[in-house]
Amino acid sequence: MKSSVITFPGSNCDRDMDVALKKFGFKNKMVWHNDTEIPKSDLVVLPGGFSYGDYLRCGSMASKSKIMQSVINFAKSGGMVMGVCNGFQILVETGLVPGVLLRNKYLEFICKNVFVKINDKKNIYFKNIETEILELHIAHNEGNYFCSRDQLKEIEDNDQIAINYCNKDGKIDEQYNPNGSIRNIAGIFNKEKNVLGMMPHPERMIDPFLSGEDGSIFFNNLINNLK
Amino acid sequence: MKISVIITLKKDVLDPQGKVIHQTLDGMGFNDINDVRQGKFFEIDTKENDPKKAKDSVEEMCKKLLANLVIENYKIIDAQ
Repeated sequence: MKSSVITFPGSNCDRDMDVALKKFGFKNKMVWHNDTEIPKSDLVVLPGGFSYGDYLRCGSMASKSKIMQSVINFAKSGGMVMGVCNGFQILVETGLVPGVLLRNKYLEFICKNVFVKINDKKNIYFKNIETEILELHIAHNEGNYFCSRDQLKEIEDNDQIAINYCNKDGKIDEQYNPNGSIRNIAGIFNKEKNVLGMMPHPERMIDPFLSGEDGSIFFNNLINNLK
Repeated sequence: MKISVIITLKKDVLDPQGKVIHQTLDGMGFNDINDVRQGKFFEIDTKENDPKKAKDSVEEMCKKLLANLVIENYKIIDAQ
């Protein structure tokens, strides 16, 4: 399976993502934002970081960079695109996934482990995954997911919510919502479910000595789904 | 020609920074404030000399980059 990770000026999780993808069997290529074509890929990843210093709005500048037209075309033709953290912010700015990510409710940069519940397994990302709950890491200042009421209804009707913040037992409640996101949303799909944006970092949870292994569950399952 | 743009958050979007500024002003003794909303201001100096064309072009910029229309409104202030 082939993957591509896009590096923008200010990306800082691109190499972590590269390590994670390779560890679980992807042949990964790093792609520079100024390139115009993505290499042949089964999965394109927009990594975390602070692309363009978060100027104007997080992800807004990166969403207009040269490589993004190719990424947008790839996504629109059904290709799998996953955005993590700043990558999620870039995805919402391109309009590939609905909504926006606002500043965290309590104006704090949040850096901690959280639990997320998988909302739906009828998609290529979470199909066959052997768990309902994942412990992942978040590190962001603008992760407060927001959309209009009409959009929210559409997202819910189409099962586009991918993961919600919850406690270790999978209970979704406002007290387990770290950043003020509507409905505790931590990740969402586009309508066709080939594009996934999420704030938590699975690539930071692939080593039991450093952090945890729930990211391994996610990546292992993902590559098996793609085979 | 210089054109100014003001970007503000839509009414039902939470503005935590505005809230904190409001509280701080309140603490400083400015007690008659109903609400504070923080926004952005841009001054765009364009080569276009026709005010109508310049304004149209800035409107395109607002829609495509300067504002995120899911949460923000823009207001173009007439060319000077």
